[in-house]
Amino acid sequence: MRRLLPLVIVLVTGALVAKGWLRAGGLQVRAERSAGTAEQAVRSLMADVQAHNWDHAYATLDHANGIQESDFIHEVAGSDGSLRTYSVLQSFDLWPLHADADRSTVRVRMNWSSAVGSLDDLRDLSVVRDGNVCRVVWPKPNFPNVPLQVLPVNYLRWDVIGRRSDDWGAGSVDAPQVRITSMNAVERPDRVLILGEVENEDTVPAYLNVNATLLKPDGTAVEEQGSFDTISHRLLPKQVSPYRIDFPGLRLSQVQSVRMDVRALLVPASADPVISVENQTLGKDALGRKILNGALVNQSGEVVNIAQVLAAFYDSNGKVIWVSDGYVDQALLPQAPVPFAVNVPEDVATRVQSYRVVVNHYIAPTA
Amino acid sequence: MIVALKMIVTIRILVVLLAFPALGQSIAIRPPHTVIAGISFSVTTEGSGSATFYLLGPSHVVKKTIQLGQDLPISGSDVATSGLYQLVACDSSGCSSADLYVLPSSPERLSFLVHPSRVPVSTANAINATAVVSDRFRNTVVAPVTVMFHFSSADARPYSRSGPTSRGIAWLKIGSTTKQGPLQIVAAVGETSEARVIQQVASEACGLRMQATSEARSVRLRTDPVRDCSGNALPDGTIVSFTKVDDAGRSTVDTPLKKGVANAQFTLSGRARISVACGVVLGNEVSIAGQP
Repeated sequence: MRRLLPLVIVLVTGALVAKGWLRAGGLQVRAERSAGTAEQAVRSLMADVQAHNWDHAYATLDHANGIQESDFIHEVAGSDGSLRTYSVLQSFDLWPLHADADRSTVRVRMNWSSAVGSLDDLRDLSVVRDGNVCRVVWPKPNFPNVPLQVLPVNYLRWDVIGRRSDDWGAGSVDAPQVRITSMNAVERPDRVLILGEVENEDTVPAYLNVNATLLKPDGTAVEEQGSFDTISHRLLPKQVSPYRIDFPGLRLSQVQSVRMDVRALLVPASADPVISVENQTLGKDALGRKILNGALVNQSGEVVNIAQVLAAFYDSNGKVIWVSDGYVDQALLPQAPVPFAVNVPEDVATRVQSYRVVVNHYIAPTA
Repeated sequence: MIVALKMIVTIRILVVLLAFPALGQSIAIRPPHTVIAGISFSVTTEGSGSATFYLLGPSHVVKKTIQLGQDLPISGSDVATSGLYQLVACDSSGCSSADLYVLPSSPERLSFLVHPSRVPVSTANAINATAVVSDRFRNTVVAPVTVMFHFSSADARPYSRSGPTSRGIAWLKIGSTTKQGPLQIVAAVGETSEARVIQQVASEACGLRMQATSEARSVRLRTDPVRDCSGNALPDGTIVSFTKVDDAGRSTVDTPLKKGVANAQFTLSGRARISVACGVVLGNEVSIAGQP
């Protein structure tokens, strides 16, 4: 009896641990980490990335291209406060593209759950056979190597100082003058969209919000929505931003008119950083979807942690027919091009005559 | 405030009700028809003996014991607020009442509002100046008075406009001048004046032009000093957009003005067309050959 109780406790504990391991997907993870085939190798790698098991992930890679573990982690987990550093790999899908005796190609679509929503990352990974084991060839990251230099940064910044006077009419400063320069209502299968552009006409920076109210024929409101994050909220003098307002579940036939409302606030702002948008082209991604891609170049000296691309697409009459947005999950280091891509619906792409891209940015405050 | 007003109304009703029995009695009070706010005056009373006197004003009530048949002095501080007052005297035989209208005194204060605080140059009817004239007790002076508006800026001759008040308010609309900078507007009535300063700022860019300097595989772009149609320089920080279209696709950069000009640089891939814009204003376009 004296030995039986500890034995029972050990057995029960062991059973509970095993049950927990099974329920946590231990068998699946173990299967994913065994790499007898190309798909299993990629699946194992993705499982390690999900679990942040970087040492094991790196160990299963093919090292013939000289990839370093730090570079691999740097690329997959992100760095410099980029959006990837605030993301986790939520799920992945993979399917083989090509296979022969020694080398295969597997396409993987990684779905990252990030601070701004889910982001897809599509990659074609080569897998080589090494004896009985398949190893993923992770392309060696090509990090920009900007030479050491001193970059003078002397752009303007605007501060708002002082306080309102209590004397009537004695000490007020008007809100910035902003104007909606175009507006277009578009119907999609699952929603109504209000698209257009807004300009800061003033000589001071503005923080603005664009709201739209859809009205019935009797003048009552159907629904009111704001542009949320599909707009550049902070506009410098004479800067133009596209905006898009989504009304899910509505049809244009339910709407008689639209009431637009733009509100602007006077805010402090800086003209730095300047981000150029280079080599923009309309094309297709690996899945055959229409995209607008290009590269962002941070022309200033400060690291931009998170960048958002907003693209306005125009038809032959210069009317805004679509507004897309997309986040870049890499940080924008000074002078280093970072690729971006935003989706364009197939039916819209055929009517696009021109387009214009602006960049929103977020810079983490320094300690 | 609401409670005080209710009390005043209640007191007035009570006093008026009390005054009904006095109709035809000998007690009477005779104030002047109008007086000026803040000025002391006398009320003639008729009758004999003592009575209770009430002065019921828009924001003030006075109660005192008086001797009938004597002139009753009323202090100027009791009639500081303009409007309709009611005077009531009551003794044991009943009450008597009379009305008195207190007019605002001479203009001594100006409340002055100028809108907007920033205005583009050369814009018609863009500036709205509104002055409210009041006396030293902040009573709005409803009698028409002439308000002078004096305008002065650094690069233009000062000028003045005048306008009569209507129910105490004078206003006018004027256009902005052609030169940017502060514009001082002074409203004046007699010895009283009030100043406001607004900023006249550059309007939209006009005649926007850039120069391109071709290098081996890139092009440097520099605008001429960016000015509006009146020749005012647009302020630094104003965004200028450069767009390049070549074999590599379309490239854009939004760059702020620095020292009045905007600079940009693009790499070239074949022949490129480059355009420049500032807000909704388009500038010139250049075509430049680059190495493919």
